[in-house]
Amino acid sequence: MARTFALFHFACIVGLVFSNGEYRERETVSVTASNGMPWPMPQQYSSTSDTFTINRNAFKFRATGQSCDILSSAFFRYQTIIFGFREEVLKFHSKFKAGSLTELDVNVKNKCDQYPYLGMDESYNLTISSSGATLNSNSVWGALRGIETFSQLVLQQSKDMFTVNGTTIVDYPRFQHRGLLLDTSRHFLDVSIIKQNLLAMSQSKFNVFHWHIVDDQSFPYTSNNFPDMATMGAYDSKHIYTQDQIAEIIEFARILGIRVIPEFDSPGHSQSWGKSIKDLLTKCYSSGKLNGQYGPIDPSLETSYGFLSKFFAEIAKVFPDHYVHLGGDEVNFDCWKSNPNITAFMKQKDFGTDYAKLEEYYMQRLLDIVSGVKKGYMIWQEVVDNGAKVNPDTIVEVWKSGFHIELSIITCTFRGYKTLLSSCWYLSDISYGIDWPKYYNCDPHNFIGTAEQKKLVIGGETCMWGEYVDNTNVLSRTWPRASVVAERLWSAQNVKDANAAAPRLEEHRCRMIKRGFPAEAVNGPGYCSQEYSIHEPV
Amino acid sequence: MADHMVVRLTACFFWMFPLALEAKLTYIAIRLPLKGEQAAPGAPWPLPRTWTKSTTRLMVDPTNFRFTSSMTYCDIVTSAFDRYYRILQLEKTSSLSGPEQVMTSLSVDIADKTCPGYPDPNMDESYNLTIGSTSRLTSATVWGALRGLETFSQLIYKEEEGHQLFVNKTQIIDQPRFHYRGIMLDTARHFLPMPILLKNLDAMAYNKFNVFHWHIVDDQSFPYESVEFPTLTEKGAYGPKLIYTQENVKHVIDEARLRGIRVIPEFDTPGHTQSWGKAFRSLLTPCWEDGKPGVAKPNYHGAYEIMDPSRDSTYTFMEKFIGEVVKVFPDQYLHLGMDESYPACWKSSPNITSFMKENNISTYVQLMELYVTKVLDIVERTNKSYVIWQDPIEDGTKAKPDTIVEVWRGNSTVPWQHYMTRIASQGYKTILSSCWYLNYISYGQDWRKYYQCEPQNFTGSADQHSNVIGGEACVWAEYIDGTNILSTLWPRASAVAERLWSSRDVTDVESAKFRLDQQRCRMVRRGIPAKPILDGYCGDYEFGFPESMGIYKQETQEEHPNTSAGSLVWSSSSLTFTLLLILAQKIVRIFYHL
Repeated sequence: MARTFALFHFACIVGLVFSNGEYRERETVSVTASNGMPWPMPQQYSSTSDTFTINRNAFKFRATGQSCDILSSAFFRYQTIIFGFREEVLKFHSKFKAGSLTELDVNVKNKCDQYPYLGMDESYNLTISSSGATLNSNSVWGALRGIETFSQLVLQQSKDMFTVNGTTIVDYPRFQHRGLLLDTSRHFLDVSIIKQNLLAMSQSKFNVFHWHIVDDQSFPYTSNNFPDMATMGAYDSKHIYTQDQIAEIIEFARILGIRVIPEFDSPGHSQSWGKSIKDLLTKCYSSGKLNGQYGPIDPSLETSYGFLSKFFAEIAKVFPDHYVHLGGDEVNFDCWKSNPNITAFMKQKDFGTDYAKLEEYYMQRLLDIVSGVKKGYMIWQEVVDNGAKVNPDTIVEVWKSGFHIELSIITCTFRGYKTLLSSCWYLSDISYGIDWPKYYNCDPHNFIGTAEQKKLVIGGETCMWGEYVDNTNVLSRTWPRASVVAERLWSAQNVKDANAAAPRLEEHRCRMIKRGFPAEAVNGPGYCSQEYSIHEPV
Repeated sequence: MADHMVVRLTACFFWMFPLALEAKLTYIAIRLPLKGEQAAPGAPWPLPRTWTKSTTRLMVDPTNFRFTSSMTYCDIVTSAFDRYYRILQLEKTSSLSGPEQVMTSLSVDIADKTCPGYPDPNMDESYNLTIGSTSRLTSATVWGALRGLETFSQLIYKEEEGHQLFVNKTQIIDQPRFHYRGIMLDTARHFLPMPILLKNLDAMAYNKFNVFHWHIVDDQSFPYESVEFPTLTEKGAYGPKLIYTQENVKHVIDEARLRGIRVIPEFDTPGHTQSWGKAFRSLLTPCWEDGKPGVAKPNYHGAYEIMDPSRDSTYTFMEKFIGEVVKVFPDQYLHLGMDESYPACWKSSPNITSFMKENNISTYVQLMELYVTKVLDIVERTNKSYVIWQDPIEDGTKAKPDTIVEVWRGNSTVPWQHYMTRIASQGYKTILSSCWYLNYISYGQDWRKYYQCEPQNFTGSADQHSNVIGGEACVWAEYIDGTNILSTLWPRASAVAERLWSSRDVTDVESAKFRLDQQRCRMVRRGIPAKPILDGYCGDYEFGFPESMGIYKQETQEEHPNTSAGSLVWSSSSLTFTLLLILAQKIVRIFYHL
């Protein structure tokens, strides 16, 4: 019953999405959507006025080079995304009819990697001409990006007929790391929402899901070694991610070419850890007496590091990506200062009254632990702002606003750390009106520095912190505003005219709605041919 | 560790009085513990006039629960019983066990036995609710009973980790502070699909709103399907599917009626009428530039703008159009807009100039007054009443004394109080919306400022204060559509709801937040995507959990002949989830097959 029901619904959805391709232009809309333009803009893109027709009942993707599960699932996925449901039995169609396109040849040169990784080759070439449509890439990741682009070029003309213009694209990302942060601690996000968000990410060529999975407020990660962390630290037993669900999310991301980097933020932002792990957090004192409150992780106790070793050994196994985000931001020294044991420890270590040294000590030990399990790490900027020295291969994420942007990047790069920018892309800071151009205009290379320094900026992340978002609004608040960041991180530096981008962004939002995402209005009054939530039977 | 202390304290409290929170708010940072008084579960929103509660509780038996009334011939009563019965079924409960008395019915006694047609501007919404060994809801009218049933549904709570529903012995005497408590939606800047409008009516009922002000058309589009002038829609709507058919409109009005909600449509003239001009350009004034009519002057005026007050055909058209509208919309009131009619175009036109000369009109305010008077006359001849935005009054135009004036202007330099004083002192009845423009989003807890806006807080006499008959929350749709309207509105509009319903002295925002959080989780439970107001969670359900589709769950599995709002809403709100989930499952399945 449930299955038939689900199928029925799927049919409805496809009907809903593909029932009408009509699109009327009106001067009353603020921004008129472009038609069949890709987002983010490819590095080199040219199209001709030659139009090729595609019959959805005849079209197929064909792997002419290497293939694997990632590619074949992409074929299936995009068949549905571009064309919706088609007739089960393919009718006979002549192999080639002038002006028609029956297949996209996808030629992947190298064997598939199992997981996406930092620095993977995402380049591809796409040619659509009278001699057919071909997508060439070195890796399967490039093929994924190219098929997404292809899907954006195809337009529906009638129930079965689609068109695409002659096109030549040479494309590759400007930055290696193009991330989106979701926070599942302030509010829990359902697995289905995280998956929808991953699909939306792949539509904008993001390649990193930075999963801020735990924080002060809750600990939804179900640990194998420390199951109490979730039972006592999660909001409740329904607000957790089981190991199975985490594996499911990683797998879902993998076939979309998206890395999953979990963040286990310490020594601050760890109140929820302390609910189950005894003596992990620093006990705070008022007027020489314990006051019942807890501060950051206690860096003076060996037991803390014992716990962290065991914990991160598990994390290293659960999350396949080479990188783990270790947080390290917003450490409040007050509790450390109040605690006499910490004071004694500072003395013993000759730290004087410089608590940044204590923080550095903690972070260095933590980084050693994580290095020990053969992982790379990312940290928020404070760790190095405070003068802590960390291993040279650390990736530092800059998040503070104002002059910090430039300053921090400079200091980071002078010290030779790889950096990511997120300061100007905090999507959770909402405001009225057209706010996306400010995200669009923020360029990660817009700081004073040498070419070498600029090379160290390997990308950026857009962050959706969870204080005021949950399942009810996270997708509409994130999209299509995040897509703006995606273009900044993917496209060439000179693609920066927001006015020129607006029609493409409008089309991109409507495309997202057509695919079922609640991407909100960002350009002022207007409409999409298919509005979100209209339900019309086939 | 303050949060631990709070948790322990509350846990202790609930152990003594075995209650549970349905919603759990938590801090932004550990050094910023939450202020205010925690609300016990089952706290109603908006707060009733008098609410006497006891710690003695009854067990509620949802499966056998019955609402009884001698008025079951009235569809408003039976459909409300239906809705609240469904709401009662949302919590999974086990068989009853416990020492408490079991509550299995609520008797609803309505004094006025007539089943009313439509809710009216002066409807009596008062009610008394007694929960005890015998439980009774009494009210003068059906409308009061609707409000009382909502309150009753909010008093019921579930024990933490438990499987029983409880309600405390309670005595409530309640009535609204203001008659007019509205939500304005704008379906012209972006089209809002029917399922969204219907779902919003449910959310309004949960917050005791009683007016849906439907800003149905504007410059950008004309989605209202006109019978008299079909080309208005054909040419003025964004697209042929992006319209409200007569049937749609009737559906909205019917569903609103069942919830005690008036539907006041706004047909804004003489400005904001570009979309009307698509079909009837002669309605609009041709603006002049370079000695030619119909030429735009950027930053001053468009090519054609604002209804042409100089032509009789304009009024003939309006008479016919309003004649249609008053038949379609049963409410006593029409909103006629009249805002933001800037005279730049009129000034540019020699035709208007000579018209003014001929008619001894020396100012554009007088010209506007002519238009306003003529249109109000037309409406008056249909025996309807009207609401207009403040602009003409502010400019010195005299409207008929029974006009309701909606105050919408106000900023940090000239606060809304300034306008309110002026307009109330001219004797007009007013409604306030200036401080409740919910489309202006910002980071954080902006609901607090909506909560703290007091409509009678302006300089004026007692009479002038009593001229304020209510207010409304407006959601202009420049950046709003089906993707985000419900989560933008709710629960921020709930803050406005309490301001307009509850006593003036209900102002403790710190304590209100705990009740508001319950209210938001209650809405989520029922299937409304009400966004969070602070860190935390909603008990064992969240929006989007498979079992948390709210009241929109049951109906789609079987076909109901009388499709109510519910089934439509459910099927569409679950569409994306289903699409993505199925796609996801298929993708994953394909992978495992390889």
